[in-house]
Amino acid sequence: MYFFDNPTKLFGIALGLFLVLTAFVAIMPAMTNQRNNAPLPGSVQLSEEAQKGKALFIANGCVACHTQQVRNVAMDQVWGERPGLPADYAQMERTDFWRNTATLMGTERTGPDLTSVGTRQPSKEWNLVHLFNPRIVVKESVMPAYRWLFDTKPEAAAGETVVSIPDSFKRSKGVVVAKPEALQLVAYLQSLKQAKLPNPSDVPAFLYEKQSAAQTGSATGQSTLPNGQALYATHCQACHQENGEGLKGAFPPLKGSRIVLDPNPKMMLAIILKGYDARPEFGVMPAVGTNANLKPEEIQAIINHERTSWGNNTTKVTAAEVTRLMEAIKGDSTQ
Amino acid sequence: MNTKRKSCCSVVPLFLLASPVVAADTGMGLVMWSIVLVAFVIALLILWLAIQTKNVIRSYLTGKSEPSQPYENYLTNLQSDEIQVLLDMQRKSDAVKRPGQMAAVLFASGLLAPFTAQAQATGSLLSQEGILITIFLLVIPMVIGVFILAVKIKSRLNQLKNRHQAAQARQLAGFVKRMPLAASIPELLTRKQALDFRLTNQELAGNEPPSDAKGLIGNVQVEVNPPFVARKKKAIQRPKIDPELARLINWFIGCAGFWLLLGTTVGEYLGIKFVAPDVDGVSWLSFGRLRPVHTNSVFWGWASLAMLGLGHYVVPRVSNTSLYSIRLGWYSLILINVAVLTGTLFLMGGINNGGGEYREYIWPVMLSFSIGLFLTLLNFFQTVGTRTTTEIYISNWYIISAILFGITIVLVAYLPFWQNGLGETIIQGYYMHQGVGMWFMLFTLGIVYYFLPQQLNRPIYSYSLGILAFWAQILFYTLIGTHHFVFSAIPWWLQTLAIVGSVGMVIPVVAGTTNFLMTFRGSWHKLADSYTLPFFLTGVVFYFTGSLQGTAEAFRFTNLVWHFTDFTVAHSHLTMYGIISFLLWASIYALVPRLTGQEPPQITVGVHFWLALLGLLFYTVPLMYGSTLRGLMWMEGKPFIESVVLMAPYWLWRAIGGSLMWLSHVFFAYNLYRMLRIDTTFSVRDAAFDQLKAEYSDAESTR
Repeated sequence: MYFFDNPTKLFGIALGLFLVLTAFVAIMPAMTNQRNNAPLPGSVQLSEEAQKGKALFIANGCVACHTQQVRNVAMDQVWGERPGLPADYAQMERTDFWRNTATLMGTERTGPDLTSVGTRQPSKEWNLVHLFNPRIVVKESVMPAYRWLFDTKPEAAAGETVVSIPDSFKRSKGVVVAKPEALQLVAYLQSLKQAKLPNPSDVPAFLYEKQSAAQTGSATGQSTLPNGQALYATHCQACHQENGEGLKGAFPPLKGSRIVLDPNPKMMLAIILKGYDARPEFGVMPAVGTNANLKPEEIQAIINHERTSWGNNTTKVTAAEVTRLMEAIKGDSTQ
Repeated sequence: MNTKRKSCCSVVPLFLLASPVVAADTGMGLVMWSIVLVAFVIALLILWLAIQTKNVIRSYLTGKSEPSQPYENYLTNLQSDEIQVLLDMQRKSDAVKRPGQMAAVLFASGLLAPFTAQAQATGSLLSQEGILITIFLLVIPMVIGVFILAVKIKSRLNQLKNRHQAAQARQLAGFVKRMPLAASIPELLTRKQALDFRLTNQELAGNEPPSDAKGLIGNVQVEVNPPFVARKKKAIQRPKIDPELARLINWFIGCAGFWLLLGTTVGEYLGIKFVAPDVDGVSWLSFGRLRPVHTNSVFWGWASLAMLGLGHYVVPRVSNTSLYSIRLGWYSLILINVAVLTGTLFLMGGINNGGGEYREYIWPVMLSFSIGLFLTLLNFFQTVGTRTTTEIYISNWYIISAILFGITIVLVAYLPFWQNGLGETIIQGYYMHQGVGMWFMLFTLGIVYYFLPQQLNRPIYSYSLGILAFWAQILFYTLIGTHHFVFSAIPWWLQTLAIVGSVGMVIPVVAGTTNFLMTFRGSWHKLADSYTLPFFLTGVVFYFTGSLQGTAEAFRFTNLVWHFTDFTVAHSHLTMYGIISFLLWASIYALVPRLTGQEPPQITVGVHFWLALLGLLFYTVPLMYGSTLRGLMWMEGKPFIESVVLMAPYWLWRAIGGSLMWLSHVFFAYNLYRMLRIDTTFSVRDAAFDQLKAEYSDAESTR
């Protein structure tokens, strides 16, 4: 066609079409989003320390394996209380003159999503040990060891954070102390939390909800009680380990633990629900049950798993007992 | 009666296959229909084989009692040697009688057994389009396999039939022996003489010795040893091109080869890190920093430089003119190399743009790259401006548009005005996919539209199909970027639009694939003789499967299973490697020997091809399988760490496949060296002729 024998016209039309479509699917939606967006009232600005930690997170390409987005599908419920919203990313602006905005939403989940890792795993001790070498606490992990964020010295100076590392993971004798970079990175991870929506009815629904327990139960004829071992693996194992022995100097053992073996499960339940920080030789335990919104029957499954594994052998608790005690503990905390 | 029974036994298996389908025909009609279709095809094959078997049995049964036709019918149109037999037979008056024995025919009923179709109606997975497309892509080779099986069985049946007919032949021979021949001897002799008449083969040529007065015969093979590997055709000498341009193109391709080797060495190391995460503890070599080094150096270093190098040949060639400026080409080569080198060092040092894939280079690095692109654009555009052809060949549509779009997407991605908050993600989705589709894919298609017809020595099948694909690609591909962020906080309508666009991509992909395969039509025999065409064919096949896989991945449901898993990694290797790299290799092997006059050893080209192809399959297939299981595990809500344990063997396979791919690049680098090296070997023949030439011209000048 004569018209297309003119390079200016041909490539002009091609480029014009491309530009129009580009404006329509990329530039205009991006601009609209930028104009009509504001941080949620409950969101917190990153502290200076966490800001530096985020820079380290970017520099080391952590986004290659860790997403920071909770999709509005049921399978993502483990990563956050609610699906992500544009407002969650509203306060992110250009990093500096050289670097673009970093929403760090990511495209791969080789490792867990980090949207609310600050809620799920707030323990500084755990995070430091895990950064030094993830396989100390999660032996199947394939995450790199960030040893260069730590120093090994004969003795820690005042004010330095000593990280308790098992000898088999040390390269040389001495104590391992966290460099400021390690602490900054942990501060950033601890700051990653989902802000509450002011109006709970605005929370978007999770789609593709699994079929309800009653339906699947009647279809397969199997029991639908939650699996205590799987729940333990998801919520407890990273610290207390699969063998229930914990990690010396960091996380206490559950095997043979007096609290676990106590016939009265009230203390154990309270710790699961509200966390624990009574023993200086161990790290702080987060309020796992509350953070993860565990249901009574899930907590019951975890308690019973811990009470009957690794040589522990004590009475199981019933769902009614757990529900009753949970009410009581809630009552305690409101007083 | 026979026919009745036949139809009976064909209906029964069909009915058996179809019955569960009819029973469960609610909600998943599409699956059922496809199962019905496959079952129907298999049933047809069984029917066909049953008829064949029946024929064999019948001929066996009937052959015992009576011949299938009168023996006289066999004895018409006798050939000379047959007449000779009759004559010989007549000479020996006493014939020995031997009764013909029927050969036992073995009925291989077991061969028919393997056709059992499993028409199981399983859960909701099968009602999902993405899964269906994947199944469809898998069914194609399966149906081909079943077809080949049927053909094999048919040939086996033929053998059985032949054995039976051998018995008939013996009977016929006996009949012939008993025939009274004496009377017709003279007639037979005359006939034999007539049949034995032969031309002397010199009626037209005469008795002169042959000569090639026009120099039409070349490439005469003197060696007659059996070849160790299949002998491929030598590259045909092309009209000489400007040695300066050849030097520029060779440098582009040489640099591309360097970045391929470096980038994939890094990739190989990353693959090893999945298996041995504690292999080092150096910050510059940590996974998160090296991953973008790998992706960016194979993107902007290998594929981009190779494409641009080939483009510098194609654009002036199809415009039937010379390149506007070789100097601009050198500038662009230097700028892009500088970009990839500094970008790599920055990434390893921990300086990156913020984590969007392929957007990890900071803006000054990408500025250098895009200035390089801009200079190339100027160069190519001016070249097209001075073309001596009326039309702009389709290759140049693709190539120049790709550069225009490439510059556009880099600008959109790096200008800071629309990058706050979620804007960054919307732009990221657009950028990462346009980079792949509108830069790499479009440019490579342009190159293929030149080199594939050239290698097949025939025009492209349909020019207009190429133009349709061009506009459809712009229309649909531009829309699909955000399918990387399905279910994220990005506007729902934008996600839907991206999914629709992904489906629309079927049009350019099918148009392009059809065009290339139809260009192959009638030239398939050339495949065996060429060391470039296998690369082209592989690239075209992956163009079809890889691109349609992308469509399958874009659906909402398949996003649940595959998103965030290594399925995406497998997909990007099937496409960037299976399509782009294979097509670029094909074009490089087609072009560089013509520029330098030096061909790579055919055996190392073969090794390169097979290692790359097998490596890619070892890399991608386990990874796709494992990550599907991983996605399902996530959907079931299993603990995350269990899915890491699950992936371990598949990551090992990935490392093995990656090693094969890496090894193939070492061979590619060697082949490049063989094509590009400056030949310093002393050629006795050339020297002798040079000496003679010198002497002759001396004599000329002194005279």
